[in-house]
Amino acid sequence: MRKLSKTTYNNLITYGIIILAYILVQILLATGSLSSLMEGLLVPLCTYVILAVSLNLTVGILGELSLGHAGFMCVGAFASAFFSVNMQGVIPSDGLRFFLALVVGAAAAGIFGLLIGIPVLRLRGDYLAIVTLAFGEIIKNVINALYVGRDAAGFHFSMKDTASLNMAEDGQVILKGPQGITGTPGDSTFTVGVILVLITVFIVLNLTHSRAGRAIMAIRDNRIAAESVGINITKYKMMAFSISAALAGVAGVLYAHNLSSLTATSKNFGYNQSIMILVFVVLGGMGNIRGSIIAAVILTLLPELIRGVGDYRMLIYSIVLIVMMIFNWSPKIRAWREAHPLFRRGKRGEEA
Amino acid sequence: MGFLSYLISGISLGSVYAIIALGYTMVYGIAKMLNFAHGDVIMIGGYAVFTAVSVAGMPPGIGILVAVVVCTALGVVIEKIAYKPLRGTSPLAVLITAIGVSYFLQNAALLIFGSGAKSFTSVVNVPPLKLAGGALTISGETMVTIAACIVIVIGLSCFVKFTKSGKAMLAVSEDRQAAQLMGINVNGTIALTFAIGSALAAIAGVLLCSAYPNLTPYTGSMPGIKAFTAAVFGGIGSIPGAMIGGILLGVIENLSKAYISSQLSDAIVFAVLIVVLLVKPTGILGKKVSEKV
Amino acid sequence: MKKAVSMFLALALMAASLTACGSADGGAGDSSSEGVAGETFFIGGIGPETGNNSQYGLAVRNGAQIAVDEINEAGGINGYKIAYDFQDDEGTAEKAVNAYNALKDWGMQILMGAVTTEPTVAVAAETVEDGMLQITPSGSSLDCVQYDNAFQVCFTDPNQGIESAKYIGDAGLAQKVAVIYNSSDSYSSGIAEAFIAEAENQPFEIVSSEAFTNDTSTDFTVQLQKSREAGADMVFLPIYYQEASLILQQADDMGYDPLFCGGDGMDGILGVDNFDTSLAEGLILLTPFIADAEDELTQNFVSEYQERFDEIPNQFAADAYDAIYIIKAAIEQADVTPDMSTEEIGTALIAAMTEITVDGLTGEGMTWEAGGTVNKTPRAVKIVDGAYQAM
Repeated sequence: MRKLSKTTYNNLITYGIIILAYILVQILLATGSLSSLMEGLLVPLCTYVILAVSLNLTVGILGELSLGHAGFMCVGAFASAFFSVNMQGVIPSDGLRFFLALVVGAAAAGIFGLLIGIPVLRLRGDYLAIVTLAFGEIIKNVINALYVGRDAAGFHFSMKDTASLNMAEDGQVILKGPQGITGTPGDSTFTVGVILVLITVFIVLNLTHSRAGRAIMAIRDNRIAAESVGINITKYKMMAFSISAALAGVAGVLYAHNLSSLTATSKNFGYNQSIMILVFVVLGGMGNIRGSIIAAVILTLLPELIRGVGDYRMLIYSIVLIVMMIFNWSPKIRAWREAHPLFRRGKRGEEA
Repeated sequence: MGFLSYLISGISLGSVYAIIALGYTMVYGIAKMLNFAHGDVIMIGGYAVFTAVSVAGMPPGIGILVAVVVCTALGVVIEKIAYKPLRGTSPLAVLITAIGVSYFLQNAALLIFGSGAKSFTSVVNVPPLKLAGGALTISGETMVTIAACIVIVIGLSCFVKFTKSGKAMLAVSEDRQAAQLMGINVNGTIALTFAIGSALAAIAGVLLCSAYPNLTPYTGSMPGIKAFTAAVFGGIGSIPGAMIGGILLGVIENLSKAYISSQLSDAIVFAVLIVVLLVKPTGILGKKVSEKV
Repeated sequence: MKKAVSMFLALALMAASLTACGSADGGAGDSSSEGVAGETFFIGGIGPETGNNSQYGLAVRNGAQIAVDEINEAGGINGYKIAYDFQDDEGTAEKAVNAYNALKDWGMQILMGAVTTEPTVAVAAETVEDGMLQITPSGSSLDCVQYDNAFQVCFTDPNQGIESAKYIGDAGLAQKVAVIYNSSDSYSSGIAEAFIAEAENQPFEIVSSEAFTNDTSTDFTVQLQKSREAGADMVFLPIYYQEASLILQQADDMGYDPLFCGGDGMDGILGVDNFDTSLAEGLILLTPFIADAEDELTQNFVSEYQERFDEIPNQFAADAYDAIYIIKAAIEQADVTPDMSTEEIGTALIAAMTEITVDGLTGEGMTWEAGGTVNKTPRAVKIVDGAYQAM
């Protein structure tokens, strides 16, 4: 047997875990032993995994802190939901329509990523973080003030209210400001979600291990040194940032087509959500794709599985989050784990 | 006249952002971490005063003292339990832990004090200043908040410049390793920073709730994020910058509500922030950091 | 890799608990009462117990709990007891669907929820699939009842906006009206929009319409200043009472004293801990529920609620209390039993909903349209001497 390189081996494990999880869930579904709660969580899990992996590209691999990832998700979600609601009845095949919605969502988010990236990537560190946060909030705020309707004469836009759309009698208001878009077809399925997760992981892993990826990581590790050996910093930064944004858009499409009502609130597309995605990335290990996947799954499942504890649910969740962070990151505990036999297993290539 | 009254209301709002931003910037400047739980410490400060004054019937002065003691203790405990174990690793790890602490404080307050809003009795006893025959009013809370901001800015600047622990803070913020080698107790200095930052949070909490007397477990989170924005606006780490950033943010917010669109004022505030940072990438008073290779 | 290993262990642990949760009793929360499948009606509730909207969710949870306990003490519905469980949705559509699925695992047959608009709309798409009866105490947009299986206890937003405008016009309360609403909230913007549209047909004019958002909900002086400059003699506030309490305070500080008028979200303002009620003097609100009404039903409910939860119930609690009694009336009308399938119960109850008439805390002789909206008359009250007074 040909000996696989360490990275290939590592990557295969990551794909293997996803596919195994998929098969396991399919078996559970077929035997009917999966609870409705878990069944309902399958698509959100895929959404969060995609978000975590895509943000890892910006934070872990490019090394820039972004607090506006949910903004790109928001763009993808609204663009695709708008597309799907309009095309319902025009494109007869659900599959084709959803595929096009995915393309629309990813493209819209990617273009936003590019537009925002041009000015933003000149900044560094915490200043870059606050500007991405600002962009996320602007997107959310604008969508909450935007009204779009359609009648025989075409589309009408307004930044005020439904009445100022001036639509004909037969007109249909598609985006109603804070009431958002309702009636998005529920096209998201677990199978599609897993395929999208695999594609996302494939894109990010391949990028990381390509020439471009090495250039991106060189920029992360030492920008000045990278520049001095002739790496085009702006090009590679923009590349990583817009790919990351486009993938967040894909997650947004999945999110929008899983719920029948889509609104932009601070819980789902505000900085709270951006920070939550960042939590997945940091907890899972920056640059560690598999870690991001596992952290996203655990932290999404955790509050749902402890529903039984009632009022103390979110309190316990926050304590577990703090404890996990300290356990995974504290230098002292790391040293202790190093010495402790239980945690020394599988000490192969640590990616981060 | 309209413009002046909008300006004054903007300054009132901004002064509250400013006093919160001072705590943010102080902790950031020395410990190099974004303490996302700062807004929630402010909320706890608000509840401490509320409990002391409105429930236990203590005089407001004692109530403020109680809040300062509670918040300082809380700040030190949080630092010890949640942040100190992570010293020396990526600052992002501490940021995430701070978010955990923020959730913890919100949910603990929800369980202890309930979800219903409490109406806060202002502890400020200064009569409002009426100008131009009552058409322009500057509230007592605004005057006290601005005065408190100025006192804190001067006090902190003097403390950092002239006292031994203050100089230690500067040294730690400049170069942590070098400071340690010079025999500065880095852990102690950072703990002191958190103590001072949390005491400031208590005062900010009192003034926030006096100006906008509505107290819920989530009171601190939104002003917290605004104040963080203000701190970056002014140049994070810069003490006078935080005050200027806060007041500017409040003024921009209210003027855009008044003259452009009340729906889009958030977007406008953030857009101005982005433009400012593009022109001056380290904020209004931020230091330009040259990179070492 | 170590990290991955430790996380993997955690994951394995969860997988184990996941399969455990798959069995019949999974997902039950602390507020559930014991229930036996086939002999008990399983009623689920959904609403925010944590997060910004938690005061509404908790009020609904508690109000419904009182109704459930009363019914169980009195011998149940047709002799069958009720099991009741309430799950947290944090005020989001996404978590509401999770809460709904958790309740389904618990065995829910009828849903009382959700509390806020977006979660209600999202859950309705699920209940209609399962053919379950959904009664929302306070989800007020038209989208909440777009399916045949969903019914409201509260008024719809457009309805409330129109009724408010008509009331102000008919009573000749004002000539120039300013509106301050929350543009990031569908409840508030829904009422405001309908109010402004209906104002065209009324003898008053809208002189200013200003918004705020959830992120700018502390300082309202600009909006008040604009209302004053536009010469408004009334300010209409289709918003919740916390923001309203700040607006009243700030208007007072400015020395601006128009007539203030609100919708049902304003109810609760007198219950804000430590609130200076003199600020709310003269405030007019259209609310279906008045906590200090004289009738026995209200008085019993309020004293029971105060005793158990140590606060004055607001209209959310009252809506939820009524929702449980509406479910009871529908069950009695349709004569269903707990051993029937959820879908059978649902079909029968949905048919029964348009046939019943319920006298509750929030209205007498409430009936329902097949479309899901309620017919009841709003009551206008004015705050006089720190208490509601019927107008």
